Parts: sequence; C-alpha cells; structure tokens
Amino acid sequence: MSTEVIRVHVPGRSARGELRAIAIVWRRELIRFRSDRLRIVTTLVQPLLFLFVLGSGLQQLSQASTHGVDLKTFIYPGILCISVMFTAMFSAASIVWDREFGFLREMMVAPVRRSSIVIGKVLGGATVAGLQGLIVVALAGAVDVPYAPTLIVGIILLQLLLAFTVTAFGVMAAARIKQMQSFMGLMQMIVVPMFFISGALFPVQNLPAWLTVLNRLDPLTYAVDPMRRLVFDHIDISAAARAALDPGVTWFGWRVPTALEIAIVLLLGLAMLGIAIWEFSASD
Amino acid sequence: MDQLPPAIAVEELRKSFGELEAVRGVSFTVDTGEVFGFLGPNGAGKTTTINMLCTLARPTAGTARVAGHDVVGERDAVRRHIGLVFQDPTLDGYLTAEQNLRLHAGLYGVQRDLIEPRMRQVLEMVGLWERKDTVVATFSGGMRRRLEIARGFLHSPRVLFLDEPTIGLDPQTRSSIWRYIRELQEAENITIFMTTHYMDEAEFCDRIAIMDHGEIVALDAPESLKAQIGRDRVRIETGDDAAAIAALDEQWGVDAQVIDGAVSFQIEEGEAFVPQLFDRLGVAIRSVSVSRPTLDDVFMSFTGTTIRDAEESAASHRNRMAMRAMSGGRR
Repeated sequence: MSTEVIRVHVPGRSARGELRAIAIVWRRELIRFRSDRLRIVTTLVQPLLFLFVLGSGLQQLSQASTHGVDLKTFIYPGILCISVMFTAMFSAASIVWDREFGFLREMMVAPVRRSSIVIGKVLGGATVAGLQGLIVVALAGAVDVPYAPTLIVGIILLQLLLAFTVTAFGVMAAARIKQMQSFMGLMQMIVVPMFFISGALFPVQNLPAWLTVLNRLDPLTYAVDPMRRLVFDHIDISAAARAALDPGVTWFGWRVPTALEIAIVLLLGLAMLGIAIWEFSASD
Repeated sequence: MDQLPPAIAVEELRKSFGELEAVRGVSFTVDTGEVFGFLGPNGAGKTTTINMLCTLARPTAGTARVAGHDVVGERDAVRRHIGLVFQDPTLDGYLTAEQNLRLHAGLYGVQRDLIEPRMRQVLEMVGLWERKDTVVATFSGGMRRRLEIARGFLHSPRVLFLDEPTIGLDPQTRSSIWRYIRELQEAENITIFMTTHYMDEAEFCDRIAIMDHGEIVALDAPESLKAQIGRDRVRIETGDDAAAIAALDEQWGVDAQVIDGAVSFQIEEGEAFVPQLFDRLGVAIRSVSVSRPTLDDVFMSFTGTTIRDAEESAASHRNRMAMRAMSGGRR
C-alpha cells in the first residue's frame, strides 16, 4: 500500500463509549428519517383526515353539544397525540426491518451493551415522531388554537413523552415479533382501538360503563387528557363548554391529577424500555 | 511478532441444537497472519463454527480462544478484536457508504480523529473512496460486499471472519474481492478466517480445513492436501497417439487414454516427469500440459460428494433464503 497503515484501537467498555453508541444509533434514526420523505407524508395522512375531514364533517351535527366550540379545535389535542403515535409505531417498526435486512446483526455484535442499542433506538424513534408531530403543531392556527410559546413547548414535551412510550412499546414487541406483516398487524390491532377508546375524539365523562372501564385502562387516555387540558388552557371558551369538553379523567369519582397522568405514561414507557432491553440482551 | 498467541485456538468445540449435533468436537489453531479456509458442503457445520468463534452462538462444549480471549468468558474482548463479514448483507441501505462506516466506527469506539484517515484508507483499498457519498441501496452486490469488507477492517481487528464472502457474486467480482482481501490482509497482517464452498477460492488460503457432518476430515495447505490424494494429470498431443500410449505402458507402466484429442494419464510429480517423456517416449510431441489435482478432487475424496452437488445445495439454499426474504421471513 502506498502509505503506512493507520491502526486504530478499539477501547474497552466505558460509560462514554456506551453514550457514544446511544448517540450514534439515535443519529442513524434521524438520518434515515431525513432520507425517507415518503414516510413523512404517509404517516400524516391519517391524522389530517381525522382532523379536517372528520372534524369538518361532524361539525354539521355537533354545533349544539360542543357549546359553540369548533369540533376541529376539540379533537386537535387528540390528533396531536395520534399523529405522534402512528409515527412512533413506524419508528419502532424499523427495528423489524433492521432485523430483516441484517443491519440489526451489525449492531448486536458490536462491543457495546445491547441496552445502549435499544435506548438509542427508542430515543431516536421518539425524536423522529416528535419532529413529525411538529407539523401538526404548526397547524394550530388552522383550528383556532393560538401559537403561545408555553403551549407549544408543552405540546412538544408531551408529544416526546408519548412518542417515547409508544416507541418503547414497539421495540419491546419487535424483540419477539420478527416478521414485518405480523408486527404491523399487531400494531394496527392495538393502536387503532387504543386511539378510539382514548377519548381523542370525545369527552370521557358520561360514557357507557363498559366504555368508561376500557377508557380508564387505555394508557393513551392519560396522554390525551393532559394534552387537551394544555390546549384548552390556551383557548378562550365558556366555562360550560370547558366543563363539558374537558371533564378530566376520574377513577371512581376521583379526578386523576395531570402530574399522575404524565407519570403513568412515563413509567409505562420506562417499564417497556426495560423489558425491551432485557429481551434483546437475552437473545444471542 | 512470532511470540503472539495463536489468532484462533479451538479445542473439542461442540454445538448441538436439540438432538442435532451440528459441530462434533473440532480442534484446530490458526496462526497470526494466516488465511484459513473452512470448506464443506452446506450443513457441514461451517457457519455454526464461525458463529461460535465470533461470539454469536454459545458452544455446547469445548473451548475456543480468539485473539487470545475466551469466546464465552471474554465475549466483549473477543468482539473488540474481530471483524465480521456475514453471509447475508448487514449494511444500512438508506445510509451512504461513509455513514455506514462512521456508524461502525462509533459503535466500536474508534478514536474520533482517526476515523477519517482510517475510513479513507480502507475505502481506497476496496476502490470505493470516490463513492463514499453514495447511498448504499444503489450499490451493486459486489460493491456492497467490498464495502462490508472495508467495514470489517475498519477497526483494525486481529482476526477477520468472512462467512461465504463471495456467495452469489459473478466470477469477475469474486476474483476482485479476493484481491482486495489479500491486499488488506498483507498490508495489515490480519488473520483471516473464512468459509467458502467455491473450490477455486480455497486456493487463496494458506491452509484449509474440510468439514463434513460436523467434523474436520482434513486440514492442511491446499498443495499438501492435493499431494495427499493424488497424482498430477499430464496431457500430451502427439503425432501418433496409439504409439505414444503403447510407449507409455512399456516404458513406465502408465495407463494412458485419449481424452479430448490428447493422450492423458496420471503420474506423481508430473513436472519432473516431462523431461523423461521427451527423452524416452520416441514419439513426436506437439504439446504437453501438466495439471495438479484440483481441490475438487480433494473435496470429493474426503467428503464423498462432488463440489457440484455442494454448490447445488448452496444454490437451493440461496433460493430458500430469497424466498424467505420475500415472504418476510427470518433466518
């Protein structure tokens, strides 16, 4: 060879090395997202349909029951959640692709902890979903929600939290489900009902008993409710409308505090992340 | 240099999958800087062995040390010192060649200031430096393989494992891949451990082990293996074939036949025999060719299958893989 060989040295395990691995797996998700514009468009179709088509259409019927609040404004917080959720699902699905295209193997044989790979993957997926959520955030003006800085920061933080939990769930599932069709099938089977039950499209009080039970069991409920409160805090509507449209989640008549709701989503995400790490570490 | 521990030391290594004993107690050592080939029909246990050596599978029994570290007890240390090129591609097609390598360098903790020059070096060696900003999805099969090989070398491993590095590639690409592997190996004195079922490629190895039914049935330099099993084949074109055949029988007791228009026979040390032939045959000779027994002959004599059968089974294996990939299956 023309020049002398440059020898590199692979260091032993260290916290810095693990952080670097997390960062690099995270960055890969962002690079992939940037190069996959089609995905950005396709995952937005569903939330936009809900927001503008369903919202505008049902508006004809619900003038009276929404106390004059535009239905689009009412379901906007739910759409903020669902758009992030769909994207996070796709992000998590990429780990199934990684397995099919062999890339997972490249990461699994690297001299770093499996947990670093999984954490990087989950954080990367959450970031991508959060970025995509920004598009829906940008639509706030179209549904009469103001662009208040506190509101936007709050929405972004809630979206990131939800995206993290959903990605963790997806990665956990991907440890076991190795085929893309099965994975997407399962995700649809779980995510779509979760979305409908969560109250993204309706207030969660005075529901039939069976639906109330399902709603309170649905983790997405505890992400939609704080999101709705946050948005409603920033729009100008009557107290009656607020009470009817943003009743809050109750357990046996006890109003669940917003902080607890957020804690539920966060703990669930951390627990699923833990299971995902455990599953990937245990596999060969 | 020569005080280094062997690059690979394997003792009585075994692996069972339930009832099936895939690897049945193999032992061998590979020296630093050696190119060591694992040959065998599909299902012989080659990939299982390689997987154990690169810590992807746990041995059922026996020990293996790679780069001086135990593959079970010091898994991490082994991983730091080995490079891997798998049978199936493991590149991220969405990323460019450079991004793929940078990702690898990051995962392996390569010092940041060395990433750029080292990346340039390995990419130049495989002739892909100019294509570093190209998205890998647009690469041909041969280019991807070269990139994977460059990636395998990126972190200066002591041992590079190549599992069927040229499977599915056309002959021209295969030979260029081999040139790159050899050049990189010579430049860096890296030990290469590879599996293949292409006999001609085994010729590139310093030593080969032939594996069959989970056991090593032969292990030596290709030349020695060929010498063990047989004699060279000599073909002569003569003015009078019948007279030549008679003379061969009479003078040396050699049984010759006319094959494809030339008198053909087998004899030990064929090249040394040629001068005698001119001295004593007594028939005009127009041309002579001496060929060594091929590794195909070696393979056949040790495993009882022809390499064609092995290749056919490999081809059907590839088809199965392709079908599984299409149906979204997993290995």
